[in-house]
Amino acid sequence: MIKSYKLKRGIANTAIYIILAVMCLIWIFPLVWLVLHSFRINPVDPSIAPAKFSDTLFPLANEWGFDNYIGLFKETQFLRWFLNTLFVAVCSCIISTLSVLMVAYTFSRLRFKARKPFINVGMIMGMFPGFMTTIAMLHILKLIGLDQSLLGLILCYSGGSGLGYLVAKGFFDTIPRALDEAATIDGANKNQIFWKIILPMSKPIVVYTVLTSFINPWCDFILVRILMSDNDANYTVSRGLWYWTEKEMINNNFRYFLSGSVVVAIPITALFLYMQKYYVEGVTAGGVKG
Amino acid sequence: MTYTEYMAMSPLQRFWYKLLQFFKAIPSGIGKFFCAIGRGIKKAVCGIGRAIANYFVGFVKGDIITKVSYLIMGFGNVCRGQIIKGLFFFIIEAGYALFMITFGASYFTLFFSLEAEIQETVIDYGFTQVKETTLIHTSVQILLYGLLVIMASIAFLAIYFASVKSARQAESIVKAGGKPKKFRQEMKDMLDSKFHSTMLSLPIILICIFVLLPLLFMIFMAFTNFTGTGETSQNFSWVGGAHFSEIFDMSSSGGGSMGMTFAKITGWTLIWAFFATFSNYILGMVVALMINKKGIKLKKLWRTFFVMSIAVPQFVTLLLMSKMLGEEPNSPLNLIISMFTGETSQVALFSNPMSARITVILVNIWVGIPYTILMTTGILMNIPEDLYESARIDGAGPVKSFMKITLPYMIFVTTPYLITTFIGNVNNFNIIYLLSGGGPGVNEYKYGAGKTDLLITLLFKLSVDKGYYGLGAAIGILVFIVCATLSLITFNMTKSAKNEEEFS
Repeated sequence: MIKSYKLKRGIANTAIYIILAVMCLIWIFPLVWLVLHSFRINPVDPSIAPAKFSDTLFPLANEWGFDNYIGLFKETQFLRWFLNTLFVAVCSCIISTLSVLMVAYTFSRLRFKARKPFINVGMIMGMFPGFMTTIAMLHILKLIGLDQSLLGLILCYSGGSGLGYLVAKGFFDTIPRALDEAATIDGANKNQIFWKIILPMSKPIVVYTVLTSFINPWCDFILVRILMSDNDANYTVSRGLWYWTEKEMINNNFRYFLSGSVVVAIPITALFLYMQKYYVEGVTAGGVKG
Repeated sequence: MTYTEYMAMSPLQRFWYKLLQFFKAIPSGIGKFFCAIGRGIKKAVCGIGRAIANYFVGFVKGDIITKVSYLIMGFGNVCRGQIIKGLFFFIIEAGYALFMITFGASYFTLFFSLEAEIQETVIDYGFTQVKETTLIHTSVQILLYGLLVIMASIAFLAIYFASVKSARQAESIVKAGGKPKKFRQEMKDMLDSKFHSTMLSLPIILICIFVLLPLLFMIFMAFTNFTGTGETSQNFSWVGGAHFSEIFDMSSSGGGSMGMTFAKITGWTLIWAFFATFSNYILGMVVALMINKKGIKLKKLWRTFFVMSIAVPQFVTLLLMSKMLGEEPNSPLNLIISMFTGETSQVALFSNPMSARITVILVNIWVGIPYTILMTTGILMNIPEDLYESARIDGAGPVKSFMKITLPYMIFVTTPYLITTFIGNVNNFNIIYLLSGGGPGVNEYKYGAGKTDLLITLLFKLSVDKGYYGLGAAIGILVFIVCATLSLITFNMTKSAKNEEEFS
């Protein structure tokens, strides 16, 4: 009896191992392909534009080299796009983090008359499709002369960020109220409670907010496309990489797309893996309640 | 129905009973929703009525200083020792007056016609006369500045009422023999009892400018004939509900009707959102359970493999996927197929409606499962182990215990997450746009819409690519109405909205 149970479990576990292995292969294959092909060069004749795809699934032995990466920084505007994105990401990250935390703290810990109406209005505004505001922002920025500029981009990314308070509010809700009361008895005002008691306790959510708002500009391409139109000096990396995969561009630039993707993906992946713990904490705090 | 009656039913009956209950609850949910809206409006109207009544009563009862401060904001405060506050109010009033005289009033009147102002100058060259027209302001400017003026006026009204209130408060404090608060004390209050206004002021200003103003702008745009090119790009006018009636117009006029296109795309959007949400949810949970099963080693490694694919920016993986699944014979997909079949293959997934739809759902599973794994692992661990054990002793297999224990528990706990994911999938622009671009296009759809287009990509195509801003905005409003009703009803039906303060 015991033996057959063990055997059954062994078969089940083996099946699970096989399924997991196959799935991991499927999940990791595109990424491996991306990295390997970013090192693939055209060995025959560098003057001929390289074909988009190779005829083999993986690069051959004589096709390896760093040409795509060297070309990426020497021949294209990639470095400029990278710095643009970094600048935009840092600026919008500061503004959004501040406003998200302020709004979340206020709605979570402070009680005032207009609280419920504000929360409802915020929820309703958040339900409009994002493009609607983006297209309007283009017209607005055009009128004040900020379209096609990085400043306009920063404002677009961080301006409405206060509406994304939900996750942080969910986190603040879980901090016991007794702490606030104890601090009030000890003579702290609400400003001090926020800065000296709640914020130091909320490291996970602060990290989560900082990282998500920092990563956002690296991943968004649609806003940049609408705002920048064809001013490619002010593109961000994502817009630039997308630009390289457009029909007229792809044959000459697919190799730059590959190497550029790897260059962008490395820091973002590292950040994400680092914040994975906080990410889970944040999402489960804000999105799940029985 | 009592509990014992329910327990006596067979599983199939129970299922039908639950389904029936769900659909029975929908009308009452909708009813409750509209009742809540009605109550909200009633409350707001009553509140405003009371404020107006208070306003006049205060004017009649107040002394001469208070009466003057109804006209000159801050007068009462200055007279009663709150000099800085009073001056602050006065400066705002003066500023608003100046703003309206120099700028606001003219735009406000133009707002009703939206007609662009054109200056015609005739240049006389002696032998011939040339008419030259210059635009003073376009209709876009008028619409936008008009909205700005309206928003500024509302803000001013709020400040005006606040100033009147503060003047009356100051009067009553002086009458009672007290001293009104000094500026420094009020500033101190801003950090304590009024800390909420300090914290919210900056975000609210930002939201008003960067979310509210654009939203209003787009909502109003839905009622104009604004387009990206042609004459109406500079000078457009109100057209009322013309765009909405076009969207619901079923009559076909060569190349399909807009009404049919809209209906079919809405149908596909809902199908897509359903499959995208639940396929990810259930499959992700199954994978998470497999990873967490007792006796499976290298848990961390498996998880990292999956997480890697979401750590890479989504547009990179999606662009890559769309190229890898491309129709060229040497794209990775076709290379793999020919590896098995031995001949060159040229599978074009995105040129057939059915295969394109299946492909986007499959790729969405590829994108989404790791999120579900990350999200559900923690909660799955919380399900008491003895539940499973007793189920196993009673003879339930893994499938049965998943259906009977895991799924009900998870759905109960993660309803808010499911709703937000569903809404997110209705608006899932990236996957469709980057993978299939909405294609394959068909003749029965108008405006070049394709078989995998969602409402959101249709909106994008219409407004950004084609420049039909009015029509696009109208569709955006409809998307909003669908999403808002869906989520408000379901949120009201779940428990989590009610016991918000449970943890605090």
